[in-house]
Amino acid sequence: MTNKTVLHAKHLASGAKMVDFYGWEMPINYGSQIEEHNAVRQNAGMFDVSHMTIVDIQGTDAKVFLRRLVINDVAKLTVAGKALYTGMLNEDGGVIDDLIIYFFSDTNYRLVVNSATREKDLAWMNKQATGFDLTITERPEFGMIAVQGPQAKAKVANLLTPAQIVAVEGMKPFFGVQVGDLFIATTGYTGEDGYEIIVPDSAAEDFWQKLIDAGVAPCGLGARDTLRLEAGMNLYGLDMDETVSPLAANMAWTISWEPSDRNFIGRDVLTAQKAAGDQPKLVGLVLEEKGVLRSHQVVITEFGNGEITSGTFSPTLGHSVALARVPRSVKVGDTLEVEMRKKLVKVQVTKPSFVRNGKKVF
Amino acid sequence: MSNIPSELKYATSHEWVRNEGDGIVTVGITEHAQDLLGDMVFVELPDVDDEVSVGDDICVAESVKAASDIYAPVTGKVIEVNEDLEDSPELVNSDAFGDGWLFKVKMEDAGELENLLDAEGYKNSIDED
Repeated sequence: MTNKTVLHAKHLASGAKMVDFYGWEMPINYGSQIEEHNAVRQNAGMFDVSHMTIVDIQGTDAKVFLRRLVINDVAKLTVAGKALYTGMLNEDGGVIDDLIIYFFSDTNYRLVVNSATREKDLAWMNKQATGFDLTITERPEFGMIAVQGPQAKAKVANLLTPAQIVAVEGMKPFFGVQVGDLFIATTGYTGEDGYEIIVPDSAAEDFWQKLIDAGVAPCGLGARDTLRLEAGMNLYGLDMDETVSPLAANMAWTISWEPSDRNFIGRDVLTAQKAAGDQPKLVGLVLEEKGVLRSHQVVITEFGNGEITSGTFSPTLGHSVALARVPRSVKVGDTLEVEMRKKLVKVQVTKPSFVRNGKKVF
Repeated sequence: MSNIPSELKYATSHEWVRNEGDGIVTVGITEHAQDLLGDMVFVELPDVDDEVSVGDDICVAESVKAASDIYAPVTGKVIEVNEDLEDSPELVNSDAFGDGWLFKVKMEDAGELENLLDAEGYKNSIDED
């Protein structure tokens, strides 16, 4: 059974090459993924992310439930519309999924989780919700379009009502607001300015077409991957999964340790891991010579072997970059070796972030 | 369906071969192959004067998506490589059968061309994939 998003026909009309993405038929590119990548870094591009799962959590216990469910603390959210990025762990401290939580009130939150993990996420949330007074409601009746790039906001503005323009004016990063038909959020997965927009299915095709007419380039999953990797953003299933601690996946910043009496799922395990200091860590790798670093290649260090979790060619930088999980003693600036196609190549260790707002950042 | 010129010969591993006469052939990868690989970012070519045998992996085409070995479709000596690919690997995408050629070989035995597929044979081989 293959799922299709509400924008499927639009992709075919734009000449998309379609691939299976965890049960969804999605565009991988519309010709050249490098051109799509560059459109986002230099101008504006858009992605159909309607396959992602929107879950509303509402009710008296919504806040106390989420304070237990995820490693970041939703009690930090006090301004309506503010969002946070975090992880949902199993009892062993492994990452079930990474997600964004939007706060509307203490009894009303919206979660956006990965489509590949939809079923297990919903099963886990429902299991953990036993005894809490709340509802967990999936919202499949919406499409979602990410418009990203230095010109993204200006181009979207042409499509908005006066009320929507006022509502998003000066909106800080990681906020979302519902105005009229649209939920407009200043989030993204590219390292560029822009919006992620939730639109009713009935209006999605028209909205997409108007963005094309405004000069926004349709971009596929190929460009989405090179953009997120340049921005140093994790991809679930590659950079972390249920066997990986957030401490080993550059997600420590998404953990709220305070207050110390907040008993989130996985806390005991993370506390012990932190005390032991023995978790590996996720770093960036840069290869300046020819070749492309790929997932699962072995990284050789004096402290033991590590592994590339995701690697690609960086169109912005003109060489390969990767995220890799390596022993904690490895330091930024070190030179390591990667086993690549039967030979060893030298790579530099960086922080796990390569490009932001079109510029090299390491 | 991608373009498969009838005047060329093909290997099942997606190389095309053009007979230039005097025992010399030009080799590239097919439009179908470049489409499978996607945007090309590096092409690692053999060296001029390399002696190659049928089936040797002598070249690597690396796209954003994957690295792919390219095999010698004939036996002989490499006499020229497409140096334009050094700076413009995307020629393999934009003109697989033309400016995106990879290397030229002086064959030891021109009869080897008979072992390769014609356009129809190659079409059948990719339809089976």
